[in-house]
Amino acid sequence: MNRPRPEPIQQVKKRRDDALTALVQSVPYIQFLGVTFDRRGDELTAQLNYYENLIGNPLLPALHGGATAAFLEITAMVTLNWSVLWQRIENGELDAQDMAQGNLPRHPKTIDFSVDYLRSGLPRDAYARARVWRSGRRYASVHVEAWQDNKERLLAQATGHFLMPQSGDVGHK
Amino acid sequence: MSKLLEQAQGFIQMLPHARALGMELIDLKDAQAKIIMPYDEKLIGDPDTRVIHGGAVSALMDTCCGAAVMAHPMRPVSTATIDLRIDYMRAATPGQTITTTATCHHATRSVAFVRAVAVDEDADHPVATATGAFTVEISA
Repeated sequence: MNRPRPEPIQQVKKRRDDALTALVQSVPYIQFLGVTFDRRGDELTAQLNYYENLIGNPLLPALHGGATAAFLEITAMVTLNWSVLWQRIENGELDAQDMAQGNLPRHPKTIDFSVDYLRSGLPRDAYARARVWRSGRRYASVHVEAWQDNKERLLAQATGHFLMPQSGDVGHK
Repeated sequence: MSKLLEQAQGFIQMLPHARALGMELIDLKDAQAKIIMPYDEKLIGDPDTRVIHGGAVSALMDTCCGAAVMAHPMRPVSTATIDLRIDYMRAATPGQTITTTATCHHATRSVAFVRAVAVDEDADHPVATATGAFTVEISA
């Protein structure tokens, strides 16, 4: 068997982590809300890191429904973008350092987003994973679920539709 | 300024997330609420266009819809979002304040139905619309 030697693990991890970091850090609102991402291969888990400004009702206290919705939308959008860019990051067409300089492909645009609130959000971290159910040339459909302590007891779920960037769009790449 | 509006403004100011996003309640009457959110760079969702993130618009819509439920003549003591759907019609123009108007058009003893619209300075072309269902808690 004549197959090319696999890349060293550090190189593979660095390329993927640097590209993800560049993608996430390019969006001010993700930083403002305090959302971070964990990566296992191409699978992403988003984390909403609790801080006082996420509270809606200070008497309960509970997370603001808007913070939960924004967390779900960020998770859906980043997961969709990541799944579309993955191949181009892997084959070296997109360079992580270049991405960190702000040379990022255009983001998809949200067409609609529908949130189903299942439980009141506790004043602690929340987690979310999205699944891209369809990703076409123009439209994508993404489902996302968020939980806190117990993954079987969802905090909220949402479905969103996105318009994919077209090659003719004005942008960096 | 009506006493209800004054009380409600105090209430919105007490919500840390609404305050962090710079929301301000400017009108509240008969199951209707109007809230503004000034443009802020920390809310940017697309670094290329500097358009604010849909999530910030969602938070504004959610707060405004909740306020409209609280302003319903049946005077609920509290409310929570059951579901909220947002349609994004166009990108809000960077630098412009977003104004949301929500109306609680129907309420039963347990559920309130709400519609909202968000505009920037071009009020004739909505940036986004929302439809939602909210819980209603009435004091015994």
